[in-house]
Amino acid sequence: MTDRQDMTTPGAKSDGMMSPDVAARRVAASIAGRRQRERRFKSYGLIAIGIALAFLVILFASIFSKGIPGFFQHYVTLEVTLDRAKLDPAGDLSLQSLYDGDARGAIRAALYEATGASGRSGRKAAGKIISQGAEQRLRKAVIDDPSILGTTQSMVFAVDDDVDSFLRGFISRDTPEADRRINDKMIGYIDQLVADNRIEYAFSDYLIFGSASRNAEMAGIFGAFVGSMLTLSVCLVLAFPLGVATAVYLEEFAPKNRLTEIIEININNLAAVPSVVFGILGLAIFIGIFGMPRSIPLIGGVVLALMTLPTIIISSRAAIRAVPPSIRDAALGVGASRMQTMLHHVVPLAMPGMLTGTIIGMAQALGETAPLLMIGMVAFIVDVPGSVTDPGTVLPVQIFMWADFAERMFVQKTSAAIIVLLAFLISMNAAAIFIRKKLERRW
Amino acid sequence: MNSFSVALAVLLIGFVYFILGTRSATAARQSGSRLHSLPHHYGLYAGMMASLPALFALVVLAIGDDIVFNTLALDFVPDAVKAADNYKEVIVLAQIANVVAGINFGEQPQWVNDAAAAWLGWADTSRLIKTMVAIGLAAGGGFLATRQLAPDFRSRNAVERIIMFILGASSVIAILTTIGIVFSVVFESMRFFALVPVSEFLFGLTWNPQFEGAERAGSGQMGLATYGSVPLFAGTFLISIVALSVAVPVGLFSAIYLSEYASPRVRAVVKPLMELLAGVPTVVYGFFAALTVAPFLRSAGMNLGLDVASESALAAGLVMGIMIIPFVSSLSDDVINAVPQALRDAAYGLGSTQSETIRMVVLPAALPGIVAAILLAVSRAVGETMIVVMAAGLAANLSLNPLDAVTTVTAQIVTILVGDQEFESAKTLSAFALALTLIVITLGLNFIALQVVKKYREAYD
Repeated sequence: MTDRQDMTTPGAKSDGMMSPDVAARRVAASIAGRRQRERRFKSYGLIAIGIALAFLVILFASIFSKGIPGFFQHYVTLEVTLDRAKLDPAGDLSLQSLYDGDARGAIRAALYEATGASGRSGRKAAGKIISQGAEQRLRKAVIDDPSILGTTQSMVFAVDDDVDSFLRGFISRDTPEADRRINDKMIGYIDQLVADNRIEYAFSDYLIFGSASRNAEMAGIFGAFVGSMLTLSVCLVLAFPLGVATAVYLEEFAPKNRLTEIIEININNLAAVPSVVFGILGLAIFIGIFGMPRSIPLIGGVVLALMTLPTIIISSRAAIRAVPPSIRDAALGVGASRMQTMLHHVVPLAMPGMLTGTIIGMAQALGETAPLLMIGMVAFIVDVPGSVTDPGTVLPVQIFMWADFAERMFVQKTSAAIIVLLAFLISMNAAAIFIRKKLERRW
Repeated sequence: MNSFSVALAVLLIGFVYFILGTRSATAARQSGSRLHSLPHHYGLYAGMMASLPALFALVVLAIGDDIVFNTLALDFVPDAVKAADNYKEVIVLAQIANVVAGINFGEQPQWVNDAAAAWLGWADTSRLIKTMVAIGLAAGGGFLATRQLAPDFRSRNAVERIIMFILGASSVIAILTTIGIVFSVVFESMRFFALVPVSEFLFGLTWNPQFEGAERAGSGQMGLATYGSVPLFAGTFLISIVALSVAVPVGLFSAIYLSEYASPRVRAVVKPLMELLAGVPTVVYGFFAALTVAPFLRSAGMNLGLDVASESALAAGLVMGIMIIPFVSSLSDDVINAVPQALRDAAYGLGSTQSETIRMVVLPAALPGIVAAILLAVSRAVGETMIVVMAAGLAANLSLNPLDAVTTVTAQIVTILVGDQEFESAKTLSAFALALTLIVITLGLNFIALQVVKKYREAYD
């Protein structure tokens, strides 16, 4: 036995070998303890995995439990008398004329009718039940179908977010009247509307088709979604060709010199730079020096492209490296130039790997928030951006902004927006896995 | 014509030259002359020579004209305005740009309107120049290139040289990005350090940037603003430590279990699930931390009689730890898998149990890689932004108690730079100094991680 054994087993004689049966006895005696330790060690691993998966479950459960209700909201059905003279004073159905018209009055009238509200305070209370977006709805309905003017229509409007929270039970009747945002009169009217079967809990079209709004019941992700898509397309158009070109150059053509080495170090360093720093780059260079406007998807896309470039370059290089040399040799052997070998054979064969890396990079860009905050995409923008140079915002930033609002309904809408974002990210990653599994060739 | 349609026109001209070049080469081949390259190489050469220089010139002009306009516009500023104490070029330029864009806040002085009118004139001239130059270069370049085309012209080599140049130029983007980052951070930081001494920034114990007038000269004056960054770094490291004490044990032990014990089927299910944690955007983690974890910790703390801040370092750190778990576990998984099977077999042969093999053979062999993974995780935690912005708050407390509210470097950068900033105030500039230190720290950690792997890695093959 070695010295080490002697030190750890003080009972053993230091000057010679242990007799075989002493050793055997010692081993036999230790076995139970060692098995125990084995089980304990293994269970640590299981516990660790259990903890990680528990976190995953808690995260998703917490977001889904809040977010699924966010896809729905309460609507009220009212019989609105659409008086042509009141709604369209100029009589030409122009937007201006409809805005000058008294859409609010028509809705209010229908609401007082339905609730039986009377008197100043009663009417005020009833008026608060309905969303401020109702007028826009009405105008849009008139524009879509002018023939409804002069008739009485049964129309569906969203209720105010406080009323919605009340109907969901987040505002209790037992709270003293002064402490809740809904007074007793409103509760009476709401109860009446519920009793008349006028209130329905339905899929929230505002969430999907609405844009940024301070009114929780009208807020939607459409504008942010379009902004995300514009930003992502700029990012893709820049990052994919640049990334692939860089990977091809570094992997196949770059001379082994100082400059190449610096480029490689640079790429690895850029992969490690915190994303917020790319935002500072965008702020200082594109906005500060080039004088480009803030908040536009174009700059967002450029910044995200610079951020995702290292990911795309690294995975594209791995894909190129995975193409066996025999392919190159065969192409060169039949007389192709190096460039032809590369462009006609190696790149097409490496394409699935490059696409996988690009999709993963795009998923990263889609979920990124911090650099876009830096370049001002956090501004409150109601209009849906029509091009990459219109101010806009993106989904993650929208989530960030909504998370700050105090209204109860925003929590649900934020979670719903998160579910939409996660659905996109998960399907992008699934697509990447699919491409890797199905299209990537192994040699 | 705007730049976009000019670019389209240039591409169209290039395409026309491509067709012409290919056609003439095909015709030459049919008439019996021996071509050096394939016909489309001749076309490509002509097309590229037509469109590439023109596009390049267009980009340079499009980026450059605003810079020139800015300089020219400053000539309109009266000396009296320039002499004023609070004169800032950026503000004046923004004033002019607003008038140019048709956004008007009240009555502007006459010189602003003059400058804006002149600006619009320059913009017209610049549009004309852009169109002329781009179209001229495209047509001229294509024409010259087609004249070069002859059956013995080595057009494939020429085309490949151009492609090679494009490939090389794209790879330089990485360097340009780095230069851009350094440029944008270092210069502003230098201006910050001209206002605030480096020693105060590095060793000061209070962080209290104030919203002051543009006339602010230095720190400490009037007893208002102090830029001691120690609380920010302390907060950053406190949160990182909380995060790592979650992520390292969980990540490491799951990596060990997955690579050494788990059956392939378990691995195939669990690994993607854990990677799902890495795919969740940080803003979602921030939302989760602020709305679920922080209130939970607060009420749990109340039940235990502890005073937990509603924006505690614990909540942010815990959630950040969850985010980093897959990072630690997949990196450790890679290094553990890289330990050769022969080492394990040797240990089994000596009668060790599996856990003894892992503890005494596999982990020591994988240690450099694991240390590097942990260092990279630290660098991740330090640079993480959204979770701390949403869950850690802005109170710059110098505290090592994870139940307190602390703030971090990234959270301060975001708060200072989001929204409207005062130009050139020490407060705005301080964000750049913070960013500089952040870059130094993260790159330093990566560098050390790389060195650890390089120096201590055992080569087994």
